[in-house]
Amino acid sequence: MGEKSMRRGTYTRGEFLGLGVAGAAILAGCGGGQSGSKGGGTTTLNALFMQQAAYSSDNVNSMTKAFEKQNPGIKVNPTFVAYEALHDKIITAAPAGSYDVVLMDVIWPAEFATKKIVAKTTGRIPPGERSKILGGALQAVGYKGDYYGFPWILDTKYFYYNEDMLRRAGVKRAPATWDEVVAAAKAVKSKGIIKYPLVWSWAQAEALICDYTQLLGAFGGRFFDGSGNPAFNTGGGLAALKFMKMTLDEGLTNPSSITSIEDDVRKVVSQGQAAMALNWTYMFALANDPKQSRVAGKIKIAHTPRGPGGAPGVNGSMGLAITRGSQNQDAAWRYIQFIASQKIQDRYAKLSLPVWKSSYDKKQVIDALPQVVPVAKKQLNNMILRPQVASYNDFSHELQVQIQLALKGKKSPEQALDDAARTTASILKSS
Amino acid sequence: MGAVQIKEVRPAVTRGGGPWRRLFSQEGPTAVVLLLPSLIVVFGIIIYPLLKTLYTSFFAVDSAFPGHYPFVGLGNYAHVLRTGEFWDAVGHTAYFTVLTTFLEVFFGLLIGLLLNTDLKGRWLFRSIVILPWALPTIVNGAMWRWIFNADYGALNALLTQLHIIPHYRAWLGDPWTALNMVAVADIWKNTPLAAFFILAALQTIPGDLCEAARVDGAGRLRSFFSITLPLLMPTIVIILVLRTMEAFKVFDIIYVMTGGGPANGTETVAYYTYVEAFSNQLFGEGAALAYIIAIFILFFAIIYMRMLQRGEVEY
Repeated sequence: MGEKSMRRGTYTRGEFLGLGVAGAAILAGCGGGQSGSKGGGTTTLNALFMQQAAYSSDNVNSMTKAFEKQNPGIKVNPTFVAYEALHDKIITAAPAGSYDVVLMDVIWPAEFATKKIVAKTTGRIPPGERSKILGGALQAVGYKGDYYGFPWILDTKYFYYNEDMLRRAGVKRAPATWDEVVAAAKAVKSKGIIKYPLVWSWAQAEALICDYTQLLGAFGGRFFDGSGNPAFNTGGGLAALKFMKMTLDEGLTNPSSITSIEDDVRKVVSQGQAAMALNWTYMFALANDPKQSRVAGKIKIAHTPRGPGGAPGVNGSMGLAITRGSQNQDAAWRYIQFIASQKIQDRYAKLSLPVWKSSYDKKQVIDALPQVVPVAKKQLNNMILRPQVASYNDFSHELQVQIQLALKGKKSPEQALDDAARTTASILKSS
Repeated sequence: MGAVQIKEVRPAVTRGGGPWRRLFSQEGPTAVVLLLPSLIVVFGIIIYPLLKTLYTSFFAVDSAFPGHYPFVGLGNYAHVLRTGEFWDAVGHTAYFTVLTTFLEVFFGLLIGLLLNTDLKGRWLFRSIVILPWALPTIVNGAMWRWIFNADYGALNALLTQLHIIPHYRAWLGDPWTALNMVAVADIWKNTPLAAFFILAALQTIPGDLCEAARVDGAGRLRSFFSITLPLLMPTIVIILVLRTMEAFKVFDIIYVMTGGGPANGTETVAYYTYVEAFSNQLFGEGAALAYIIAIFILFFAIIYMRMLQRGEVEY
């Protein structure tokens, strides 16, 4: 810049043009910082996880550190979001290729595979390895005979109860059927131990469908009939909703259930404000942790109660998938293989049980959760899937709303499920 | 001096220039360079997304990836307008907008008047009142979610201890109550904005006007309704414009507090648009919805602009 022009405080035209070019260069520079940049022989992976249930962020961070130590050429940036935000973040980030590895829920492979968001990994999982993994976990990454990722979280909703409260109500052993649950709840309520013995995750969210699915299974229902038409509005599906409504009407279920997701359920149970609840594995350790729970040591776990249709648990597994847009698919796979390996999973079993069959007989895993593992061993073999359809979210949203309308008494359970079935049929037809 | 200016401007116009001609005259390149950054910004973050959204709204786009999608014309618009859930959302949004805007102006007026008086420690009140507005909406939403919590919320504790309600209630558990409770959170946050606008306007009203009225025998109420309120009208209209448009687009507080539930009772049009576009991957429909909302807001904007034009005040 000329000294003369500076002194006058003005610029010549040519200097202005120069400034403009410099400005443009700076603007262009803003577009950098792409994921997976390979600089100086290091590969950077961006991974997207969730912040609640199953492994904690501390768990994931230390698994990641261990991986980086073993693979000096690969750096991993884990990001954590709430489960409720996970799906939408994966979708919006997909065209930009922001993430290499994403955590995928069991209900998404149909959508993510159809819309080409995640990469097929069928060829990467040898058949010999598949047979070592529990079937329910494999379902979390399977769609139409192919695999899209690798199973990582194997979970289902267990039955939790406050042993102390049940004992005071005269209930000697854990209720094994839903009828016994109702009887126990009535006993707890009539003894005045607490106002609402049951709490559920019935907010307008996926959590509601998880609870409903587990009940639908227990009452012998199914989502679709043999020819693919909605069938949840009849038989067990209807009985499940009527059961839910009955527990609310009789004052056995906490009305706050209608605004609660799983973590709210955990907090209510931990505050000693509920006697019984369904929840994922992670609640066991946290509800019995004296630092976070007023009822530590009193919360016991049992197999989900039986109904006329049996006692299947909702399949709440999740897998790790590689995005199609990832520039580092091999490195991403290596990372997935590491944090989903049996060795790592066995080590971090306290909040999430391994996907590997033989882990359930290992001392390290049993010692982590001695009360949970025997229950898990049984219940993980009997799981019910939510529908595997590409427009799952649309379907789920519709069902959530209709179930809540019935629970709030705005519609009869029959009417609500009939309406949901009609909309579901048209959603499936248009997709 | 005016004559000199006209002389200088005239030749450029008579040369048949106009803006384009001038752009390529001697100062042209400099002008282009000067305008370029703002042009890039305006085009990149306003015009391009607007046009792209309009374009998307005519196609059955069902994925976030670019690609070839079937052209459906106005099909997305027609489908949206036929959906019951959309009209429910419009109803919730309209109710929310009217309720929050009205109460924010009302409380804003009261607080503004209070802060305009000779209170002791007025500066302290003025700083405290602005706090809710300074809070990010996400934080505000999370805070009120806790206050309204059915099992250990502060509101339940307060009301039961004062014996106003017999036992704890799930404030966000009923569709209608939940919508009103979200409105409360929004009113709490946005009333300070209205209060400050009104306070600023009050300070421009000459004191001798009220004094003259008092001399003429007008009471406090009379001078408020005949002098203060009419003079505040232009400011109130501006607050109405700002708050109506903001309230009609309400999204974040709903996302944090209720997620649209229970039973879609708090689903607003912006939230519905989000669900359709990002959760259900119906981007074409989402784009159509975005345009429908924009048309609604344009409609309000035109009404208010007319009110503003009529409401000019002279002291």
